[in-house]
Amino acid sequence: MGLCIEANLQDPDDFYEALIDAHRGLTPQQSELLNAKLILLLANHVGDLDVLREALDRARAGLAPAEGA
Amino acid sequence: MRRAVSEKAAIGYVRSTDEGTAEPVRHPVIVVGAGPVGLCAAIDLALGGVRVVLLDEDDTASVGSRAICFAKRTLEILDRIGCGDAVVARGVSWNLGKVFCGDDLVYTFDLLPERGHRRPAFINLQQYLLEEFLIDRAREVDGLSLRWKNRVVGIDPSPDSVLVEVETPSGRYRLVCDYLIACDGARSPLRAMLGLEPRGQTFKDRFLISDVRMHAGRSTERWFWFDPPFHRNQSALLHRQADDVWRCDFQLGWEADPMAEKAPERVIPRVRALLGDGVDFELEWVSVYTFACQRLERFRHGRVLFAGDSAHLVSPFGARGANSGIQDAENLAWKLRMVLRGAAPDALLDTYDDERVPAADDNIRNSTRSTDFITPKSDVSRRFRDAVLALAKDHPFARRLVNSGRLSVPFSYAQSPLCTPDADAFAGAMTPGSPAADAPVRSGDSDSWLLAHLGGEFTGVYASDGGPLPPHVVEDMLALERDATPLRTLVMVPARAALHAGARPELPAVEDVDGLFALRYDARPGTYYIVRPDQHVCARRRSFDAAWARAAVARATCRPVHADAGYGRRAAAVERRA
Repeated sequence: MGLCIEANLQDPDDFYEALIDAHRGLTPQQSELLNAKLILLLANHVGDLDVLREALDRARAGLAPAEGA
Repeated sequence: MRRAVSEKAAIGYVRSTDEGTAEPVRHPVIVVGAGPVGLCAAIDLALGGVRVVLLDEDDTASVGSRAICFAKRTLEILDRIGCGDAVVARGVSWNLGKVFCGDDLVYTFDLLPERGHRRPAFINLQQYLLEEFLIDRAREVDGLSLRWKNRVVGIDPSPDSVLVEVETPSGRYRLVCDYLIACDGARSPLRAMLGLEPRGQTFKDRFLISDVRMHAGRSTERWFWFDPPFHRNQSALLHRQADDVWRCDFQLGWEADPMAEKAPERVIPRVRALLGDGVDFELEWVSVYTFACQRLERFRHGRVLFAGDSAHLVSPFGARGANSGIQDAENLAWKLRMVLRGAAPDALLDTYDDERVPAADDNIRNSTRSTDFITPKSDVSRRFRDAVLALAKDHPFARRLVNSGRLSVPFSYAQSPLCTPDADAFAGAMTPGSPAADAPVRSGDSDSWLLAHLGGEFTGVYASDGGPLPPHVVEDMLALERDATPLRTLVMVPARAALHAGARPELPAVEDVDGLFALRYDARPGTYYIVRPDQHVCARRRSFDAAWARAAVARATCRPVHADAGYGRRAAAVERRA
């Protein structure tokens, strides 16, 4: 089973609102930490390294490394 | 400050009779560098009957960061070369590590969670003490000439020999050898003389090592802190060594001034903050270090072979430096012995690269991952590290991501051309290429360990059902022992079965006293394992077959598999079946 890219969220709008709400009142640094924790929690929930690599590839697609990076 | 100096100093320079001869004296093997790797290589070779000259430029303990953690596999190698007991008796055994974030314990690991092994996961021992034991052993062994204050100042390799120029307090002299092993350390002068450069990554961070002597009622566990209250935003490590010496390691950051940080007035407050007030201690040794993860592209350069830090470098988190170097030495020793004895072609030495380069890469990979966690190289890397640590206290999955050093485990040569691929089905970890797992065994009234019966030569371990072996099997096994490359047999009988049942006294048998051999090797009656001189498994089968065994030993020594008259046809039949 590869990465699911069809609609799978029970309630997309509720999820999106909850995601944005979770960052309310946080500094950009705190938000970055929240995102990092969230990624780790969800990655562990997924577990399958092939699925995670596919997600990483899709997330990275189209992003060219900056000059000098 | 006390000076941590090996008693090597007491030995000093003695003029060799090789000095001042008209023509350079020729030796089979010269080992350069009498650190742990060079000493192990030289002792192992000499025990195998290869005359060896071991040259060291100094006569005191090496300068620079010193190894303190010696892994189970290293201890097993030391057992085989005859100094395991002394080292283990003097060292501090440990299996447990704890990782703290701030004040909180976030992760505990047990490196040897199962019983039935002779040696613990690790012992801690100052490198200079290990060297002393090895030097004592080197002086006992026949055929090993250990020469202090012999600095190699020139090297001239040719297709059939290596010429070196050596500087001593008496002047210069030349030596010739068939093979030279360069164990001359991270800044290897021989490597530079041959124009070779290791490649890889360096890391922009500095660490302070302070070894302190104190009487403390602390446990011998490895304690590692991220962001501790006594050393904010950096990491720290506390680990016990022998003789009440403790290693305190502090991350300093790239901006730290290495000279200033070494001053006792800077070091003492840091150590006091770690240990707490009211603990009396004395500084024994202080060093500020940076590190790199890099290696030579190849470790074999004709008749010159690089081993240990001269061949590859890792960060210290993981105890992978000295331990992997000693495994290099062991890998080389038996191969050189076979080649010098004419039992194997020179091509066997190419498999040193086939086996130890991937081992170095595995160490570098693990070491780089640890370093990326301890010393994040970017903001986002740091953010994920902090996220892992923040989650670790209440989320079990995150504890497995905390990386304060993944500690050295022996490398399996599963991809090596010396392994005979499995034709039969086996479960468990003892795939060809793996270091042989230990297990308790008994012979008569005497308890011992499986590994004590393996190594030195090729050994076939035959799992019997406890009943008598058929006479033709016994004859075949005894014949293998008489081959040019001998294959000894060890008969493993089930627990409580009568020993020597049906076997001849010259076919040694041991009892699988707790059934752990059967378990760890997935063995049942008839199962037959072939173990190399360095105690790595190279072949296994569900039944004994002398022709197959000869073919496996031939393969493990790079000889043509069908070359020996008298078994070629049968071996070919086996190959076809496989």
